[in-house]
Amino acid sequence: MALAGRRDAPEPPDFGILKRLARDQLVYLLEQLPGKKDLFIEADLMSPLDRIANVSILKQHDVDKLYKVETRPAPGASDQFCFLVRPRVRTMRFIADIVNADKMSGRSRKYKIIFSPQKFYACEMVLEEEGVFGDVTCDEWSFYLLPLDEDIISMELPEFFRDYFLEGDHRWINPVARALQLLNSLYGPFGKTHGIGRCAKMSYELWRDLEEESDGEGQGRKPEIGHVFLMDRDTDYVTALCSQVVYEGLVDDTFRIKCGSVDFGPDVTSSDKSIKVLLNSQDKVFSQIRNEHFSNVFGFLSQKSRNLQAQYDRRRGMDIKQMKDFVSQELKGLKQEHRLLSLHIGACESIMKKKTKQDFQETIKAEHSLLEGFDIRESTSFIEEHIDRQVSPVESLRLMCLLSITENGLIPKDYRSLKTQYLQSYGPEHLLTFHNLKRIGLLTEQAAGETLTAVESKVSKLVTDRAAGKITDAFSSLARKSNFRAISKKLGLIPRLEGEYDLKMPRDMAYVFGGAYVPLSCKIIEQVLERRGWQGLEEVVRLLNGNEFSVSGSGAGGGRAGGIQAFSLLMGARMAHSALPSADSAVEDNPAWDCQRVILAVFLGGCTFSEIAALRFLGKERGCKFIFLTTAITNSARMMEAMIEAKA
Amino acid sequence: MSRVRADEEEYWHSSKFRAFTFDDEDDELSQLKESKRAVNSLRDIVDDDDDDLERVSWSGEPVGSISWSIKETASGSTSSLDGRDSSLQKGSSSYAAALPKQASSYSLSSLFKGRNKLSSFQSLSDALTDTGVKNYAPELRRPKAEYKDYSGDWSPKDTVRRMQRGKVCSLERFRSLQDKLVLLDEAVAGHDGNVITAVLIFLKRTLRREILFRELEVRQVALCHLIHFLRETGEQKFLLDLLRTHCFFLLSLQLSQYREHLNIQDVEKRREFLKGCIGLPFSAEDTSHIQDHYTLLERQIIIEANDRHLEMAGQSELFRKYPRKASILNMPLVTTLFYSCFYHYTEAEGMFSSPTNLKKTFKIPDKQYVLTALAARAKLRAWGDVDALLTTKNWLGYTKKKAPIGFHRVVEILQRNNAPVQVLQEYVRLVEDVETRLNLATKYKCHDVVIETYRDLKDRIQLTAYKGKVERGSAEEEKINSILSNTVRNAYS
Repeated sequence: MALAGRRDAPEPPDFGILKRLARDQLVYLLEQLPGKKDLFIEADLMSPLDRIANVSILKQHDVDKLYKVETRPAPGASDQFCFLVRPRVRTMRFIADIVNADKMSGRSRKYKIIFSPQKFYACEMVLEEEGVFGDVTCDEWSFYLLPLDEDIISMELPEFFRDYFLEGDHRWINPVARALQLLNSLYGPFGKTHGIGRCAKMSYELWRDLEEESDGEGQGRKPEIGHVFLMDRDTDYVTALCSQVVYEGLVDDTFRIKCGSVDFGPDVTSSDKSIKVLLNSQDKVFSQIRNEHFSNVFGFLSQKSRNLQAQYDRRRGMDIKQMKDFVSQELKGLKQEHRLLSLHIGACESIMKKKTKQDFQETIKAEHSLLEGFDIRESTSFIEEHIDRQVSPVESLRLMCLLSITENGLIPKDYRSLKTQYLQSYGPEHLLTFHNLKRIGLLTEQAAGETLTAVESKVSKLVTDRAAGKITDAFSSLARKSNFRAISKKLGLIPRLEGEYDLKMPRDMAYVFGGAYVPLSCKIIEQVLERRGWQGLEEVVRLLNGNEFSVSGSGAGGGRAGGIQAFSLLMGARMAHSALPSADSAVEDNPAWDCQRVILAVFLGGCTFSEIAALRFLGKERGCKFIFLTTAITNSARMMEAMIEAKA
Repeated sequence: MSRVRADEEEYWHSSKFRAFTFDDEDDELSQLKESKRAVNSLRDIVDDDDDDLERVSWSGEPVGSISWSIKETASGSTSSLDGRDSSLQKGSSSYAAALPKQASSYSLSSLFKGRNKLSSFQSLSDALTDTGVKNYAPELRRPKAEYKDYSGDWSPKDTVRRMQRGKVCSLERFRSLQDKLVLLDEAVAGHDGNVITAVLIFLKRTLRREILFRELEVRQVALCHLIHFLRETGEQKFLLDLLRTHCFFLLSLQLSQYREHLNIQDVEKRREFLKGCIGLPFSAEDTSHIQDHYTLLERQIIIEANDRHLEMAGQSELFRKYPRKASILNMPLVTTLFYSCFYHYTEAEGMFSSPTNLKKTFKIPDKQYVLTALAARAKLRAWGDVDALLTTKNWLGYTKKKAPIGFHRVVEILQRNNAPVQVLQEYVRLVEDVETRLNLATKYKCHDVVIETYRDLKDRIQLTAYKGKVERGSAEEEKINSILSNTVRNAYS
């Protein structure tokens, strides 16, 4: 790639306004219940809330005590209760119990439920059934978007994955459409919208519906985001199932990053307490290593430590005046850097220790063989041993799923034997997990007909005939194949190279998996943007089970066809730099140029840090900027855990 | 600003069970007493729960963290919660009876009118005014646009649209089956699951089950929504009826039933429940899994009763030396096997708790068995058992060492349990792959094995180099020297 032609990627838009909007709306809602009140907060909402507000803001608006939902109020509670919740049946019952208990004891209170991001009819039905409808007032806090970093926006809806892909429930499509509408009104109008996946299509359609009704405010404003790409998680499960080896991904896999921050335990802090650290571009050390392959991180950190040492050492031989300047100007910064460095070094050590214990090297090796399709028998026995040794229930599941998806399902003999051993090692109730994994298509048996009992297959055929094409999610996952091997070949996902892959100077997005595999999801985005659409990708689309679309001038804009032109010219220019000199410069003069290089990548069902790193890399290569909108940050463990049944 | 800061300071230091209060000074004393009482009465319960809270420490962030400041003002009323659950299930299955009758309460339909400010109109009669007979009185009270919500002016499509936007909309006017189905199809076409579920709630209330089920058969998206809704609201009976009529979901039906066992705490009841599940028409494969689940729990109950008794009596040395960390109930089979290899290794096969019995009953593969037994015996440092476990006799009476899991794994397990070098090197020697053997031997300082391997490889250079790694004047050094000189002599002769 012509480095000389590399253009600096544009700055991302300022998403701080999203936080302010959410905070202001919350304050407004709290003011709707004037006077002193106790606030009950849903556990899942606490971390997101922490990112936009704090205790003193709540206190300024007369919040007296704070409770976690599911906690009973203390005896001396206020006369007003406010519940800040996700729209869930379970939570409604909890609230109804409190209200009914008060009624029984003749205590009169005011109750207000604030649903975030929106209220569901089913919740109101439960309130009505419990006889408390009318005793409580309901409101909605349209907190759809939480900016986690300058280029990541999360909807903080981890349940999206299970609800949509496993249960086939479309309840979160409206919030996605509304989130797009909000972004379009603040940073749009967007140019072209591309997408792949059933849910992507539905979200797009609902969003377009919403836009048609709105009065097109924001028209004529200079857009800050050019294009949108929507993708369903089930388009690419493989990438999400791989072990992550870029630093941010490893930190997430090892310590779980929650809402952009992580709890480093005593093993990292080398003290007796945990420290909560915000991980984002503000962290000067983290921002330089987050996207790096883990093997580069040590070198970087030790270089950094040496520099720091040198800076500290300068104070020797200083006179009093210089010392004073040093203390007042530099010391604070150095101390801060020192603190961050020691944290990340501690984190690296801890990661190394854990990974060595887990045979990480062997696991990665097995993963790579699965991706390439070599030594399948050997990998299968590796997984078997993993299960027999009770290494980790989630890890074992992950490897089995990876085997299944890359191989288009397990051969029946392997499926049975792995399943039996799994149930013996981790508990018979995982029978339910296997059923879920089969339904969602993550762990299947080859020759689908055999997996169903005779009755079932007959019936499914019958239903298929009768419904005449109306068959949807419930069935499609069974019928559907991942076709990974064929897709991988078509798109060249496994780099063929001589010698070592230089992880310090990556050539392509494969570096996020040690040079062994280009993430499919990111490759699709790259290809579609380069080709200005899906032309030429017909075979890939067919293998991906279709549902692709490309629409120009989406949203309120109507006819903004110019936008995508600029982008594809840009991408084209990267490819054949000298071929289009005049067009290139003409485009450069266009004031809309910058925004056309900002692309919103929407992941429905979750996005991993590896994918984020890969697209950041692509953006840097091509001089454009990717903004990530995801229903939640995910990784293999979260996906697997979402498939495990817990008691109600 | 500083006031705010001070407030936060105070907040952080405020007592654990008494959230912050600002002004009511008078109350303070009584509140204090109250909280003290609460603290004293709750200490036992809360201490455990608070672990989470204690572990996290805030790294001097300037702002107050909300998640951190939530006080677990628990008031031990969880038992009443459990009681409520069962009564609730009863209530929801007899759905119609639960509907409020008084005029002052709210009809189900009011649910679809949403906003609370309209609650004064939400009576049953209001909702029904749209059936042709115009009621003019309400119109006078409402602006025209709002009135439209209750009239029949909205087409199914518009109704769905309005509901998607969270606007009030009555569904009561969709009375013919045809209208209901058109409404449902519009909802599905609108892609908003919330609206689909809302329409389904309405259909569920206004249609006979059989008819609803029949219509859902060709509406899979809607069917998924209803199933999910029933799962969430816990209407198990309705759910099972629904699944029963949809043959394709037969498997889901059985699994849904089986799933219920997760909610049964009492082991005896759980066992009984699982027994009932065996009869469900699962595939042959799954039936055997469930049969195993039942058998396993049955065994565990027996073992648990026995061992708890043994442990309490304090006469078994094994239990005294290695007290059980947790009960064996509801543990996976492999864990149970480990447990039985640990505490009941020598028992005769006739005993339920003996490892061989478990192995036979559950057809545990050899590999799995050896792996587990090895780990258990190594943990007890019973090296004799380890040796016996890996020794097989052929029909001529010769013995041979065999490890179905590979000797490198054996070494790893033994090493993790701090086996002495003498024990370790015996198995390192058996590792087939030369390179692995050398690696392991070097890593765990099994000098003899290293030396012998180099000797067999006739690698004088490596052997000479290894001399630097053994202790000076030790038997190993001597051995190396003798081999080196031997080979020299051999070379000359």
